[in-house]
Amino acid sequence: MNFFARTDKSFLGKWWWTVDRVTLAILLTICIFGVVLVTAASPSVAERIDASPNHFIIRHIIYLVPSIALLIGISMANLQYVWRAALVVLGFSLFMMVLVPIFGDEVKGAQRWLGVGPFSIQPSELAKPAFLVVAAWLIARQKEKPEFKGTWFAFGLYGLVVLLLVLQPDMGMTFIVTATFFTIVFLAGMPFRYIILLALLGVGACLAAYFSFDHVQSRVDRFLNPETGDTYQISRSLQAFQHGGLLGTGAGQGTVKMTIPDAHADFIFAVAGEELGMLMTVLLVGLYGYVIVRGYNRIMDTDNIFIILASGGILTLFGLQALINMGSSIHLLPTKGMTLPFISYGGSSLLSSGIGMGMLLALTRRQGRSGIARGGLSIRPIGGSVK
Amino acid sequence: MNNFNRAKIQVSGQKRSVLDMARSRLMLLSLFFILTYIVVAARIVDLTIIQGEMKKGEETVSMLEAEPVQKKTAHRADILDRNGIILARSLKTASLAADPELIPDKQIVAKDLVKIFPELTYGETLKKLQEARRFVWIKRNMTPDDQYKILYLGHPGLSFMEEERRLYPQGPLAAHVVGFTNTDDRGLGGLEAGFDKLLMESGEPLMTTIDVRVQHALRRETANAIKKFNAVAGAGVVMNVNTGEILAAVSLPDFDPHKVNDKDKNTMFNRLTLGVFEPGSTFKIFTTAAAIENAGAGMSATYDATKPLKVGRFTISDYHPEKRVMTLPEVFMHSSNIGSVKMAQQVGTEQFQNFLSDLGLFKAPDIEIPEVGAPLIPKPWKEINTMTAAFGHGIAVSPLQLVTASASIMNGGILVKPTLVLDKTLKKDKGNSVRVVSEKTAHRMRQLMRLVVTDGTGGKADVAGYNVGGKTGTAEKDSGGKYDQNKLRSSFMAFFPAENPKYAVYILVDEPKGNKESYGYATAGWVAAPAVKKVIESIVAIEGIKPQDSDELGGTLDAYVKSKEEIAKEKQLAALAAH
Repeated sequence: MNFFARTDKSFLGKWWWTVDRVTLAILLTICIFGVVLVTAASPSVAERIDASPNHFIIRHIIYLVPSIALLIGISMANLQYVWRAALVVLGFSLFMMVLVPIFGDEVKGAQRWLGVGPFSIQPSELAKPAFLVVAAWLIARQKEKPEFKGTWFAFGLYGLVVLLLVLQPDMGMTFIVTATFFTIVFLAGMPFRYIILLALLGVGACLAAYFSFDHVQSRVDRFLNPETGDTYQISRSLQAFQHGGLLGTGAGQGTVKMTIPDAHADFIFAVAGEELGMLMTVLLVGLYGYVIVRGYNRIMDTDNIFIILASGGILTLFGLQALINMGSSIHLLPTKGMTLPFISYGGSSLLSSGIGMGMLLALTRRQGRSGIARGGLSIRPIGGSVK
Repeated sequence: MNNFNRAKIQVSGQKRSVLDMARSRLMLLSLFFILTYIVVAARIVDLTIIQGEMKKGEETVSMLEAEPVQKKTAHRADILDRNGIILARSLKTASLAADPELIPDKQIVAKDLVKIFPELTYGETLKKLQEARRFVWIKRNMTPDDQYKILYLGHPGLSFMEEERRLYPQGPLAAHVVGFTNTDDRGLGGLEAGFDKLLMESGEPLMTTIDVRVQHALRRETANAIKKFNAVAGAGVVMNVNTGEILAAVSLPDFDPHKVNDKDKNTMFNRLTLGVFEPGSTFKIFTTAAAIENAGAGMSATYDATKPLKVGRFTISDYHPEKRVMTLPEVFMHSSNIGSVKMAQQVGTEQFQNFLSDLGLFKAPDIEIPEVGAPLIPKPWKEINTMTAAFGHGIAVSPLQLVTASASIMNGGILVKPTLVLDKTLKKDKGNSVRVVSEKTAHRMRQLMRLVVTDGTGGKADVAGYNVGGKTGTAEKDSGGKYDQNKLRSSFMAFFPAENPKYAVYILVDEPKGNKESYGYATAGWVAAPAVKKVIESIVAIEGIKPQDSDELGGTLDAYVKSKEEIAKEKQLAALAAH
């Protein structure tokens, strides 16, 4: 894969030798899985809503192309541009989230989408990675300059985001934003006693959600005790895996998609299980897992606390989201509308994944970091070891 | 080292510790994800291999075949009568659907379809085929012949869906017994509901005790009686008194099990097993039996029926007042309320209650269909309740209970359990016979029942050579807390042959109106007894029962009662008095 000579000092050449090419390759592989699975799963979903069989496939690709462009484009940015871009995206998406309750389309009992021409966008998806990077920067800034109360700003920002999410209401998103934000706070070195306190608060919040939102309650009840209600989707999903077996039925040959309403989105993992079989599905799990662990290892080397916090947050977001999606499909977790990054159909989710992982790739680039030091992010050169 | 340098080292030292902590916590996070992802992978292996591949052999139908949204249910078993005649059967039928998008020339297809199914109209069929949908039903449940014709046409875009349909070849004949199913093939009434699970799972036909020939006769005669006397409803049953097997059971009006309308309470209501009514004089069978069995009353016991009984604000009087002291057989034969009350008083409240309870009249009967009514028993049971119950008022039981309890006396005194299922293995308890009255009492009751037919109110039920015994029951209907003399429930309970009864035949007619033929009477003797007679005539013909050579019981009773001429004369007088 030597598109560029080692000595190539052009912009692209530098990018090629500094970016984490393995992670990039894995993400693109996952995208290919995604196209295959959406192509296999969505025609029967499209048929149910009286759309053309290619409806979802075309739209998936329409969103996937800019997502990959964002992934690669953002990965070329330097640290300063990363957090500035995050700030812009966050501002933009927060503004739209304020508009959602006013102009949003109500789908299945919640207002989460804004219609833009023939497409609709879910601003909260875009806000997720941007919020993490901005919060990480604020907290990291305080580590460098203790007089800057970045942590308080970060908590304030978190409160604002959660407030907008609860208004929609979107409990899944609230949960994942909370989990990832506190991962950053955890990485930043919050003492364990506060972490335990926060964990208790989190449990309290989950209980509050359970008792105040009927759909949350019903989902949890059905997970804990399948007899209490309709577990149609989940039992279909489990059947799909059993039907798939070791090698699967072959792409397009599955039947679960004909009976699960969300086969192309929240339950696409079941389609994977049925049509690709155990080997490929476990490989897919391995790919997600490898990206996360490789990411964590890579940021171990850095001395820049901002890189650790932002990358750690984005990786956790990516990992948790995939975990919840897969866990719901195989009945390890209550069903929660969570997309599988780069695979599930869903424009906002794809764009969000592209932006998020693009930022990660940018943050984890090696060498050439002196340029960033001049950006005034750190009192000493970032990267490498301090000698 | 100057101060400036020291500060710098301090800052970098703090930073170091922050970084170290972050790194160690990264390790924890990394560990968390490694573990959870391993769990996910393990669960996938569990689902696909342990629960999937390793159980593949057990799957009889591949999931692909079984999948088409409709789930494939097991074939629902047949319900048969005692001779194997089909009462209910599930048939696989084909239903025709079309995908309009795949049909190039819709006019031709519509024209051809209308030719095969004359009940479809060309215009509507064409309209369906022109719809912008991918699926339209054309015709549900067709014959194989029609299916062949469609296949022969060879038009693209037409396809068949296999459906299962429950058919009741006998139509409404035994609808209340057999019951019905919903579109999902679940039993909702009668035996279909009572044996729902078994019918779905066993695949073995359910053989009932019903004999469609007897059922026909009973339904026909009950319906005729209703029509003839302009009544609102009726019920009837034919039971083998020794086994409790029900050969025929009717509740009218009934319904077509193919077109069930749940909301039509009048037709859906099973008056035989679910309805509970004040039985009227038929209940005197139990009062009299109790007097003979428990109070030692003999045929020569006398009861003073000279004047009506006054109990508080109630007056108990006779419908055919004799106004004299009567012997026990006379009380039964003339259906004297006053005499019956005296008999019950002779037995005593507690013992009378126990007697009725032993006959199973105090609790809902145990039968294989869900439509079972619990009796209405006065609580607390006081002296007055004994008095009214003596002639079948102030207590309500289902006709099925009444027949079962009477059969338990007439068969020689052994309690029977009503049943609709011929298959012995499906019956809960067998053996363990419980005696309710002595053979002697049973014999006396047979004599008395025969007497009612030869000399009393049940004369119109006699079938020459078959020695029918019976008891009439005419109850005034309770309307708004008062008994209405013009609204009657007339019933007749018959047994034959009287010497050793095999069958009980019971017919109840609700609100019959007297007509010219009955001289305006709507009482049991005029309404129900002739209907029962016709049923018995049919049964003896169907079953080929040999006529009896003699009428032993009919002859021996003359000593206890007045002559036939006397009674006939009295009847005439009564009839004149009523006009």
